[in-house]
Amino acid sequence: MSALQRIGAIADKEFRQLSRDRITFGMVVMIPLIYLLLFGYAINPMVRGVPVGIVDLSGSAAVRGIVEQVRVTQVVDIVTSYDTPAEAEEALVAGDVRAVLIFPSDLTQRLAGGESVGQWLVDGSDTSIGNALLGLRDMPLQVEAGAPRGAYRESESSFEVALFFNPERRSAVNIIPGLAAITLSMTMVLFTSIALVRERERGNLELLITTPIHPLELMVGKLLPYVLAGFIQLGIILGLGSIVFSVPFQGAYLQLAIITLVFISANLTLGLLISTVAQTQMQAMQLTMFILIPSILLSGFMFPYEAMPVTAQYIAEALPATHFMRLIRGVYLRGADAQQLASDITWLLVFTLIMLAIATKRFTKTLD
Amino acid sequence: MTDSAITARGLTRRFGDVVAVNNVDLSIPEGQIYGFLGPNGSGKTTTIRMLCGLLTPSEGDVSVLGMDIPTEAEALRHRIGYMTQKFSLYDDLTVEENMAFICRVYGLSRSLAAERIRSRLDRYGLSALRERRAAAMSGGQRQRLALATATLHEPDLLFLDEPTSAVDPENRRDFWEKLFDLVEDGSTILVSTHYMDEAERCHQLAILETGTLCKQGSPAELMAELAGRVVEIQGQGLRDIKARVLALPGVRSAAQQGLHLRVLLSDNHDDPVAFLRAGLSNPELGFQSARASLEDVFVAFTNGSGER
Repeated sequence: MSALQRIGAIADKEFRQLSRDRITFGMVVMIPLIYLLLFGYAINPMVRGVPVGIVDLSGSAAVRGIVEQVRVTQVVDIVTSYDTPAEAEEALVAGDVRAVLIFPSDLTQRLAGGESVGQWLVDGSDTSIGNALLGLRDMPLQVEAGAPRGAYRESESSFEVALFFNPERRSAVNIIPGLAAITLSMTMVLFTSIALVRERERGNLELLITTPIHPLELMVGKLLPYVLAGFIQLGIILGLGSIVFSVPFQGAYLQLAIITLVFISANLTLGLLISTVAQTQMQAMQLTMFILIPSILLSGFMFPYEAMPVTAQYIAEALPATHFMRLIRGVYLRGADAQQLASDITWLLVFTLIMLAIATKRFTKTLD
Repeated sequence: MTDSAITARGLTRRFGDVVAVNNVDLSIPEGQIYGFLGPNGSGKTTTIRMLCGLLTPSEGDVSVLGMDIPTEAEALRHRIGYMTQKFSLYDDLTVEENMAFICRVYGLSRSLAAERIRSRLDRYGLSALRERRAAAMSGGQRQRLALATATLHEPDLLFLDEPTSAVDPENRRDFWEKLFDLVEDGSTILVSTHYMDEAERCHQLAILETGTLCKQGSPAELMAELAGRVVEIQGQGLRDIKARVLALPGVRSAAQQGLHLRVLLSDNHDDPVAFLRAGLSNPELGFQSARASLEDVFVAFTNGSGER
């Protein structure tokens, strides 16, 4: 009986404390909600609507019919067309499209001879996208518009598919740069969010704010060591990725350094903002998880961005990890340069400045 | 430079409906140790925080070292030192690292910092502990480190918020010796405390209660005001006598101290012993007039006694 009473006393106390910790209490409700939305609604391992471009070198009237048949598979979303294969390849490197369908100039003869009618150039770094496009290789094609249902042409395969950047279709190629993005998301946000909260918890902040230190100086000073930590992490992941998993590095080190720096900055300033909201290290940790889970699930790390519904894509766009996922895969796997990926870099820079401004504003040097 | 290090008029701070500091007027002279004496929750910390610009007053004007607060609080930070109630240096840094950090925050040059650190280590008996992490130090050592660090930039004004609450009496004594050294060098010190013996060492005192400044003056002046109001009673059955004494008109308070009962009267009497003897009419009791202590002062001027 007295054991029950004591257990009851602890449980009662715990419940009172829990209900007074607003952030923890919020997490009790928010975690299942977010998980439900992410897993139940947003995540769909079936690849649909991969953005692709068309290059038509044939000028043939048959192209339109073939493109239409490709479109109705819903595997791809034809977003643009290019004049030359070179232009298309550039767009592939820049990440504007994930694949390009090229119709050769001898399309008419090929149609007649039962050969494949076009070639897909595919960014194969993400194996699920590569596989989806490979699935189109043998899709049945109707030769003429208006032909009777089931009248398909006889041929070996409808298209040829060339997988760029990851011809062996090894998932490690795509996952390891992505892992860098996830690792940095987690540690950078967590380190900084805890760093400032710890000073508050231990009472150091009360002393610091009586000194001439400016909030911005305090913020930047606190961040710098973690920038170094971030680069060490990147080095470990990509170094081991290269040695153990033979992930080929196609880009330039300077480009890699630039994109990593902007991503680390974005995460650190996000962590700072969290630290101005959280009162305890526990709360800082919870808020970090709140950012981290969508970053893992929606950034394109686990599931192709293109396969997600539009709503989930909007959420993903708000997360720094999504932009870095594109950047690092572009630079690392496809050898893209920063100029080609300028929009993601700009977005991360703007994100950093906004976070830093809000964090600095929220951190006033008074105890009001 | 003005003669007053700190002046405040109508200083008020509200937290929601709670008035933490209520209409406090202060005039704190330079080159002295000025004490805030009051129980926990009397508004000492809130007042100190307002005076150094950490809290914005709800009402009132504050001028510290000739600067308007809170508008010039940033400029003031270079000239004040603040020792928080809770140890606020870094536990995981050594004595020397903590001091070097603070020197850099205040923008001291490398050579000046080295010189100051050396002198503070020496002055506060920390030389042997320079490599010791703060976490591994005793309460008294940490408090010396906190004071040493607060004086690295040679502030004109030092705020010490209950600096000795975690320190044993001997260390407390040494600590006060250091404070008088600092005053000798020209600093002004504002210290809050709830210890009577500590308050007694101050040049000037302000007695605070529930956010109100009840009385200001030097300890000696304050105690002199209570001449003819303190009587000690000796005898048997002091607990009963105390109840009877408290029931008498004109008695402010009575507190047992060992074998005698210390009675504080509401008014000054030429012959307080006669006054009490007449009231109690018990021939077995011994009466003796006593010199007022600071505790008497505290009791006399607080609890809404109307003695302002």
